[in-house]
Amino acid sequence: MILDLASYLAFFLSIALINAIACLGLNLQWGFAGLFNVGVAGFIAVGAYVSALLTAAAAAGRIGGLGWPIMAGWAGAMVAAAAVAGVIGAITLRLRADYLAITTFGIAVCIQLVALNAQGLTGGPFGIAFIPRPFAGLAGDSAAFSLANLALIALVTAIVFVLLERLTHSPWGRVLRALREDEAAAASLGKSPRLYRLQAFVIGAALMGLAGAIQASFFGFIAPDDYAPTVTFQVWVMLVLGGSGNNRGAVLGAIVVWALWTLTGAAFAAFLPAALQAPAASLRIVLIGVVLALVLLVRPRGLIGEKTVISRHLSE
Amino acid sequence: MNGQFVIDGLLNGAMIGLGAIGLTLAYSVLRFANFAHGEFISWGGYIALLAAGGIGAVLGQPNDIGNLTFGWPLILALPVAALGAGVLALALDAVLFRRLRQKGSSITLVIASFGASLALRSLLEFLFSDDPRYYSTDIAIAMPLGLGLRASADQLGVLGFALVLMVLMHLVMTRSRLGWSLRAVSENPDLARLAGIDVAGVIRAAWLIGGGLAGVTGVLLGQTVQLRPTMGFDLLLPLFSAAILGGIGSVPGAMLGGLIIGLAEALSVPLIGAEYRAAVAFLVLLAMLLVRPTGLFGVRT
Repeated sequence: MILDLASYLAFFLSIALINAIACLGLNLQWGFAGLFNVGVAGFIAVGAYVSALLTAAAAAGRIGGLGWPIMAGWAGAMVAAAAVAGVIGAITLRLRADYLAITTFGIAVCIQLVALNAQGLTGGPFGIAFIPRPFAGLAGDSAAFSLANLALIALVTAIVFVLLERLTHSPWGRVLRALREDEAAAASLGKSPRLYRLQAFVIGAALMGLAGAIQASFFGFIAPDDYAPTVTFQVWVMLVLGGSGNNRGAVLGAIVVWALWTLTGAAFAAFLPAALQAPAASLRIVLIGVVLALVLLVRPRGLIGEKTVISRHLSE
Repeated sequence: MNGQFVIDGLLNGAMIGLGAIGLTLAYSVLRFANFAHGEFISWGGYIALLAAGGIGAVLGQPNDIGNLTFGWPLILALPVAALGAGVLALALDAVLFRRLRQKGSSITLVIASFGASLALRSLLEFLFSDDPRYYSTDIAIAMPLGLGLRASADQLGVLGFALVLMVLMHLVMTRSRLGWSLRAVSENPDLARLAGIDVAGVIRAAWLIGGGLAGVTGVLLGQTVQLRPTMGFDLLLPLFSAAILGGIGSVPGAMLGGLIIGLAEALSVPLIGAEYRAAVAFLVLLAMLLVRPTGLFGVRT
């Protein structure tokens, strides 16, 4: 009983932390650089599919199946998601801000089309199965397997968190915030807005790709439905609720929103008759949408928002 | 080379153009990309379904008109759907967008519209389920038009109606006081206010017209294809592409952009397959952003 509970809790936390990695990536893009990415699900999908193609064993009728080690697959996923972001960013970052929103939305739609239809590459609607999982040797013992995976995912999240904290507190991070607050002033100091934004956008997308790759290895199976626009929305709600511009907020938001999502799902499953399950699932998304709108209206800072930074050279 | 794609492309393009007019209008007056615009299309389609049902019950299910597969109930339901979708747009502005506008940042509005879009779509799914619905189960028979082309009476009727509405919209924008006010506010709200224009009233008009045109698009789409809760959201990418292609704020640009996207989609289906149809709009958009980001009729700001 206790072991069951522990392994369930480990499972829950693992998924929450995978979401947290994507949320940290979005926080770098939106919270620090002010870049609006509506295609989060697309970058997660690129990471998931690329790592699956690199690490899974060869399968008949499908390209890929290189059988690389898992970590190499994760690295490849980051590179692929970063490359997609680099192309999109190079085209749109010189234009007005909401063109980036529309283009990222478009790329996510196209990535879903490829996932759904390019049978020879992505397995089509059935997705890709038998993706190698870390600690596969422990799979017989569900508690040990879940805990080992949680430890690995928590370690990766911690590394990402520490690196991002250092990055955002470095001079580079200061330039990003300066550009977000007053582009003309920062540009007049010789900082290229396009270059800094492109870097933030690419690094953020690489983290989303990493989240996708970890998720693919964690479940061992991926399908196009896992990357619907709802996923983008969930990551956004996590960041806005947690507090954008604050890396702690991004992680906290991911855990809180994932807990709400899981609890409402479990409550609906337990208390509603089978016939009402499908409409209730729709209603659950309505609720999350309303939560986002309320947070934006009532507490735009989120749970723990960005710390106000005042120059230490400024006297009282 | 079969010219049939021209008919299909024009029909689809006219609907995209009609939807894009509303989008471009709201975009230029309110200054944000409204991701909830597609939901006004879906809601319009479903409101007409309910209205046509109610009107049909009162009139005792009259016969279809001529070769069309619909009769007076759907025609009378059309203005109801336009009004319903327009009021929905106004309501969304009142509870959400107006309050956020007062707080500043226009990009927060984009997030909010993304959330509103998902909530409205899921609400439709909750109310009507995911199954496709139809105004009529009659089969629209395609008639030969000469030159080996075929189209059904429904398609020709929808195409004609969409084109008339586009021309009307153009006249409103160029010849009426409301059109001048809309253009003035989109150019410079502060100067417009100084010139004595009721800016809040113009914003309401932009929502009502944009939402109303979206509602009409939903009915036309529901009549020629089918009703699905995701129908508007699936059209969003072609809509944005058409609006940007034509130049944000330009009504004739949105129409022309819609027709170009529709034709490009129809032309590419034999080449890349119907499943990648939605990607065509995106490629046109990317090409446009690379070559001429201000659009065909846009002004450099």
